[in-house]
Amino acid sequence: MASSKDRKVAEMKFINRLRKFPFFAWLWFLLGALYFVLPLLATFEFSLSWDPAVPFKAYQRAFEDVRFWRSFIASNVFAIITIIACIILVVPTAYWIRLRLPQARRIVEFITLMPFVVPAIILVFGLIRVYSTPFTIPFTDIVFMKPLTQFKAGTNILIVAGYMVLAMPYMYRSVDTGMRTVDILTLTEAAQSLGASWFVIITRVILPNIRSALLSGALLTFAIVVGEVILASFLGVNAFGPYLFLLGQHRAYEPAALSFVSFLLTWIAMGMIQLVTGGQNQTAGGH
Amino acid sequence: MAQTTVPLKKTPAPTNWKTWLGVAPFFLFAILFLFLPSMRLITASFSSPEGNFTLDNIRQLFTVPLIVNAYKLSIQISAITALGGGILGFLLAYAVTVGGLPKSLRPILMTFSGVASNFAGVPLAFAFVATLGRQGFITHVLRDYLGVDLYSAGFNLYSFAGLSLVYMYFQFPLMVLIMAPALDGLKREWREAAENLGATTTQYWLRVALPVLLPSILGAMILLFGNAFGAYATAYALTGGRIGIVTIQIGAQIRGDVLYNPGLGYAMAVGMVVIMAISLAGYSWLQAKTERWLR
Repeated sequence: MASSKDRKVAEMKFINRLRKFPFFAWLWFLLGALYFVLPLLATFEFSLSWDPAVPFKAYQRAFEDVRFWRSFIASNVFAIITIIACIILVVPTAYWIRLRLPQARRIVEFITLMPFVVPAIILVFGLIRVYSTPFTIPFTDIVFMKPLTQFKAGTNILIVAGYMVLAMPYMYRSVDTGMRTVDILTLTEAAQSLGASWFVIITRVILPNIRSALLSGALLTFAIVVGEVILASFLGVNAFGPYLFLLGQHRAYEPAALSFVSFLLTWIAMGMIQLVTGGQNQTAGGH
Repeated sequence: MAQTTVPLKKTPAPTNWKTWLGVAPFFLFAILFLFLPSMRLITASFSSPEGNFTLDNIRQLFTVPLIVNAYKLSIQISAITALGGGILGFLLAYAVTVGGLPKSLRPILMTFSGVASNFAGVPLAFAFVATLGRQGFITHVLRDYLGVDLYSAGFNLYSFAGLSLVYMYFQFPLMVLIMAPALDGLKREWREAAENLGATTTQYWLRVALPVLLPSILGAMILLFGNAFGAYATAYALTGGRIGIVTIQIGAQIRGDVLYNPGLGYAMAVGMVVIMAISLAGYSWLQAKTERWLR
């Protein structure tokens, strides 16, 4: 008797669990997971299929190419310069707004949202049209600078400025969120009473206090800049994005290998952001 | 107006022009590299080849077939992938938040969504060629094991449908990232109250949860729309410019005057900015509505 009752209870429990089993939740999850994983799996499989005897041949060939390293290093340098320039521009601005100029918050936030309205293709269109004419002294025809698009340093300035515009929304939001959690006013007053200058306050007091926000903004900027194609190809800069695109025009296996590598790089950058911030601010755009 | 509520001890020092100097570098940067380029496109789109003011370019936006088709294609692909990505993304976000999946799956999905929504452009196009191209992985598997030949059945990765599938790869993860926090905002009390009043799960979702979530779902889909509308590199790398969406046509216009009228090219760019601005405004309006219920 007792044992059959036990069995019945166990059966009921099993049926209950079956009814509570989130079938559809698992279905959606598996569907999404397949969508995520299959293209990566396929890319990896394809990149290995060149020569069964030498599985990583595509990777060897891709990494042997001098032009790969040249463009990849160039993109990394652009990313680092963009990150530094963005920090120099954004941190003092966000700090000053929190400390002294709260009435500028709305307009500055509005400006940082502008890159969502002006996509990269439009931005580069405008930049080329404005900076392909020489700079003249106002109201005269005296030229004091060649057009930026016509010499190498000029194009480099333009591309970094363009990247800064693209990275601005993410950088500003990270920095501003970071500053919200720190008592800027007290820190500033304490530093001032000890005789610190503005420069010292920002570099030695504020920056260390928002370092995780800075890191997450920097990593996102890195992920945006290293694979960027539009600005680089229209401004004629030898960066990784255009290189990968051209490689794809006449090779099969190396582009697959490099696509997989760039996926891993994005993964590393996002994983690190997750570690530093616990999952905030991880959407970018600009495809 | 708010001066009466400000406590006396916190009265801020009157801001003079010197205080504004602190944000001057930021404004200078924005003017040089954001406003000046945008303004140049806008003024150029209102000027004739001789340099006079004209509305001709704007008028031609709606009459030249090449441009009308480009906008139609762009709007179609953005709407379809925003809807498809929105639905799949919402279901996924539902699965890991209130759907009853193990808690440990959530951080995995969120990180993956962060990666995938940033993984776009050339590498994404190549990844899909390796997956669904003529020699792609899935194409092979389906043909060899299931006897289904995708390409003779009419599928083509380098077509509108193929491009939509590729766009979905960065669209639905973005939806997951936006919707997961919103779904977290659904209060347990609402569900309990509904159940105590005798509501079924379907009734709870249709009458309580979805109406509360609707503004944020719509807002997120608008964001997805803009995300696809501004995309260029993915489409160019996949189809080499054969699918003439707006961004591709603008790219062609930058490379050379393919429309034989520079003003028309500028007008096309401005039209795009207008559509992006409308979607951003719609998004922020809906975002403000969301905050009434979900925080």
